[in-house]
Amino acid sequence: MLWEAVRLAYTAIIRNKLRSFLTVLGVVIGVAAVIAMVTVGEGSSAQVKASVERLGTNVLVLRPGRARMGPPSAEPVPRFTLKDAAALAELSIVAQVAPQANGTYSLVAGNANSSAQVSGTTADYLKVQNWPLALGRAFEPGEEAAGASVCILGQTVRDKLFGSSDPLGESLRVRGLACEVIGVLSARGAGSFGQDQDEVVLIPVKTMHRRLQGDTNVGSISVALLKSVDSATGIRAVQALMRDRRDIEIGAADDFSVTDMKDFNNLLSGVNSVMAGLLSAVAAVSLLVGGIGIMNIMLVSVTERTREIGIRLAVGASGGQVLMQFLIEAIVLSVLGGAIGIGLGLALAWGGSIYLAVPFTPSAMVIALAFGFSAVVGVVFGFFPARRAARMDPIEALRHQ
Amino acid sequence: MSAPAPSTPLIAFRDVARSYGAGEAEVKALAGVSFQIGAGEFVAIMGPSGSGKSTAMNIIGCLDRPSAGEYLFKGIPVQGLDQDRRALLRRHALGFVFQGFNLLPRQSALENVELPLIYKGLPADTRRALAREALRKVGLDGREGHDPSQLSGGQQQRVAIARALAGGPSVILADEPTGNLDSARSHEIMRLLQALNRDEGITIVMVTHEDPIAHYAKRLMVFTDGHLTRDEPVRERA
Ligand SMILES: Nc1ncnc2c1ncn2[C@@H]1O[C@H](COP(=O)(O)OP(=O)(O)O)[C@@H](O)[C@H]1O
Ligand SMILES: [Mg+2]
Repeated sequence: MLWEAVRLAYTAIIRNKLRSFLTVLGVVIGVAAVIAMVTVGEGSSAQVKASVERLGTNVLVLRPGRARMGPPSAEPVPRFTLKDAAALAELSIVAQVAPQANGTYSLVAGNANSSAQVSGTTADYLKVQNWPLALGRAFEPGEEAAGASVCILGQTVRDKLFGSSDPLGESLRVRGLACEVIGVLSARGAGSFGQDQDEVVLIPVKTMHRRLQGDTNVGSISVALLKSVDSATGIRAVQALMRDRRDIEIGAADDFSVTDMKDFNNLLSGVNSVMAGLLSAVAAVSLLVGGIGIMNIMLVSVTERTREIGIRLAVGASGGQVLMQFLIEAIVLSVLGGAIGIGLGLALAWGGSIYLAVPFTPSAMVIALAFGFSAVVGVVFGFFPARRAARMDPIEALRHQ
Repeated sequence: MSAPAPSTPLIAFRDVARSYGAGEAEVKALAGVSFQIGAGEFVAIMGPSGSGKSTAMNIIGCLDRPSAGEYLFKGIPVQGLDQDRRALLRRHALGFVFQGFNLLPRQSALENVELPLIYKGLPADTRRALAREALRKVGLDGREGHDPSQLSGGQQQRVAIARALAGGPSVILADEPTGNLDSARSHEIMRLLQALNRDEGITIVMVTHEDPIAHYAKRLMVFTDGHLTRDEPVRERA
């Protein structure tokens, strides 16, 4: 009986292909939108997680200036220097420290030119960032101390300027400064905000100061804590040291910020939960619209098939059997719409994740949920038309033209 | 279905009335009719248009209920049964043949005949076998796959008879079964019904306007203005 009803529903749907398709379009679009957005969203949050995890678990990032939003303070905030970095490195709880002085400069190699973020830093930066080299070597202590003209390329810079040829030993001009390429970083992909992390050139921080930046400011300092140290303890120690070094009086606010990359991760997952709320709203509205479409067409179908219903009742169908038939037709219709929507949504997500350079991570749970919801839509919105069919008077129905 | 005990007639009307509307606009389609039909009878119902023939057929067929009086089918008081209980009686004991055939379009003859068997909950292969058998009995073997639009009126009515037959009913109710057919086709259909009555012992109640058609029956009932005005054996034709 059940299988019979599914088969019947299928033939009824196939008989009116175009109408059936238009009917389920609401469900198709709703499910496709949700599947696409959830899949891309999960891909990007997986990427954020991965990039934060790659940082190593206990990494603090220090920046001059207040952490809180608000009007900029009237007094200029003192910058960090390499001495701050050295003092931080002395703390017993710290594993490595990497100062960073950043700027965006033009790059020329042979006939090719480009521009990228240039980071003046130390070899420890690679350890703090947990970022292995693909080729070559890191800065040597001597090169760091002397401010040697050597550089390490991110994959994007390497691709743009050197293509597939071996860049090691080649010369790269950073705003006129000729540097020898000594290493290439492994590829990292897009960062938390979709920026290309591989569009970067590393040089020793002293080289940056002397040859490019012209001052000894350090934009930020990354601090990797020892594994045994929890980040709250680490943050307190780092704050105390920096307050002391910057002569901040007791009770006065910090004039620098310490960001725990784990908190950053939590912030992003907070953003994701807002996104999830919005998505649920989109899903609810589109399934409602889709459901009303299905109810409408099922009412039309019940009216059109009044005589058929009369025949079925006359040969012995009970009201319940007629109800089941139309209910199943509505469910088949909306689950079919859900299936098309899932296919379309996954295709969109696949395209979107290529475009946004995030991993394509379809979730079986979300797909199962989409199926479940479309079935529920069929039941809820198919019930009223089906009940109308079931309650028909067989004599009236048979007389219907 | 086994024949009911001799004391229990298959069909018993006791003062059955059926009226439509209320007050001034009330129409008495049946105004207190009593009769009995035993198992194995072949009854023709005649009478002018609007005399209540179809109303009586609908009540016999458990599609409708009397507004007053009693209708006992195999001793079961039908006036007390709800729509679903009456559906059960139709499913297991009654078959209908209509003037306009009432086949499902776009479904093959076989599928049409299978329809009542689906509601009996029979498995697909049993259904198919029973439906083929019924089509064979009405002389349509070889036409199983045709859909109604590919069949003549006479053939469509045979499919309808096969459908009524397939579930093994005690009674086949036919409301003007030859009304849409020419004379030759009408007589073929009547010979078929006659054979089913004679060979299968199926009780047949049939409405018709035409004397020659009524002559296939063994008993004639005439309705006039909602009353049963004549009830007699059909005289053998010369
Ligand atoms: N559903 C209905 N509503 C109102 N009047 C009806 C209905 N069905 C039948 N009637 C009336 O009942 C009377 C008997 O009808 P019916 O049994 O169909 O007659 P017939 O003998 O021609 O088959 C007629 O006057 C008809 O108009
Ligand atoms: Mg009539």
